[in-house]
Amino acid sequence: MTQFSEKKFDFEEAAVIKHDIKKAPKTGDWRYMTPQVDKEKCIGCTTCVPFCPEASIDMKLYKEGQKTKADIDYDFCKGCGVCAQVCPVKVITMKKN
Amino acid sequence: MNKELTKNFASGHSACAGCAFPTIVRTILGESPDPVVISNATGCLEVTSTLYPFTAWKTPYIHSAFENASATISGVERAHKILSKKGKVPKKVKFVVFGGDGGTYDIGLQSLSGALERGHDFVYVVYDNGGYMNTGNQRSSATPYGAATETTPVGKESFGKVEMRKNLMEIVAAHHIKYAAQANVAYLGDLKKKAKKAFEIEGPAFLSVFSPCTNNWKFPTSQYVAISKLATETNFWPLFEIENGKYKVNWATETPKDLEEFLKTQGRFKHLFSEKNAPVLAEMKKIVKDEWQRLVNKTEEV
Repeated sequence: MTQFSEKKFDFEEAAVIKHDIKKAPKTGDWRYMTPQVDKEKCIGCTTCVPFCPEASIDMKLYKEGQKTKADIDYDFCKGCGVCAQVCPVKVITMKKN
Repeated sequence: MNKELTKNFASGHSACAGCAFPTIVRTILGESPDPVVISNATGCLEVTSTLYPFTAWKTPYIHSAFENASATISGVERAHKILSKKGKVPKKVKFVVFGGDGGTYDIGLQSLSGALERGHDFVYVVYDNGGYMNTGNQRSSATPYGAATETTPVGKESFGKVEMRKNLMEIVAAHHIKYAAQANVAYLGDLKKKAKKAFEIEGPAFLSVFSPCTNNWKFPTSQYVAISKLATETNFWPLFEIENGKYKVNWATETPKDLEEFLKTQGRFKHLFSEKNAPVLAEMKKIVKDEWQRLVNKTEEV
């Protein structure tokens, strides 16, 4: 008993893992089909943006005075093809790597 | 990477290509006006977002076991209540639990029921993919009638799952909570509205969101939005909410599509189209029709 109570338990501090995007796995390696946006024909409706599971679509301004258009971050895009499927004007095409 | 969408849940998680739950998580958390604390039952979401030593969560996040995600958040919520009274932590924080259907319909039901009954101020979100997809498609009580799974395989004598889905919405509604809703990942406007309402009310709120699984429902990775849409258009997954015990259907059509249109998109239902299984298909249609009628009757109750 005494032995037990005298011993100090030194608990390991709980592991806290902080998010760091620089260390995050680049899931772009998974891709075997690559989506390509036709920037001329994209109407900038942003339908594809919230449906992307990787949140890798941003709206980017290419030309002054024009609407912002879809721009894909290939670091994280897994190439699932959801953006191409939901695009109302079908200007995103999936091409094999 | 989209900065606005990745405020709470970042890219770089390892969910399957074409998985639906990242969209659900981002949409729901995007509606929270305050910082959130998340408790997550074991399941696909936990496994794919917290690969040691990485994490995709930018919010405080607690992984709990399958059965106690709601119990964990209950403790966190009560502790926050006391500490904020003493002025040690910020006053306004929202609490969210994410669970799959295995961690909600089956294993976590008792802790969910307890937390709802005690009236903690939190939002429970179940992303319902109809089975234990993380471990390879075993049946859960959310698996629909007739679906082929690892534990209800299709063979000479069997046609997949023989039982009906559990009606979790009614179980949750029986706790007399202020807000419970069924939503669908293809209808993001509707989902946002429901998430906002869930965060606004004080006390427990419950959201059940349809989340197709590309791997185990067996469909191409690009199809989750199309399939979700069909699920609602065929009345397989109606959108409705229960506010203070009152049912309200959010999306309805005079001419629902044939159930086959939804079923034939997925490999887990392909056996239903053989001649032998025609009665199963008929039974399935009957179940969907009856469930829809039950729901409509409920909305008419005063």
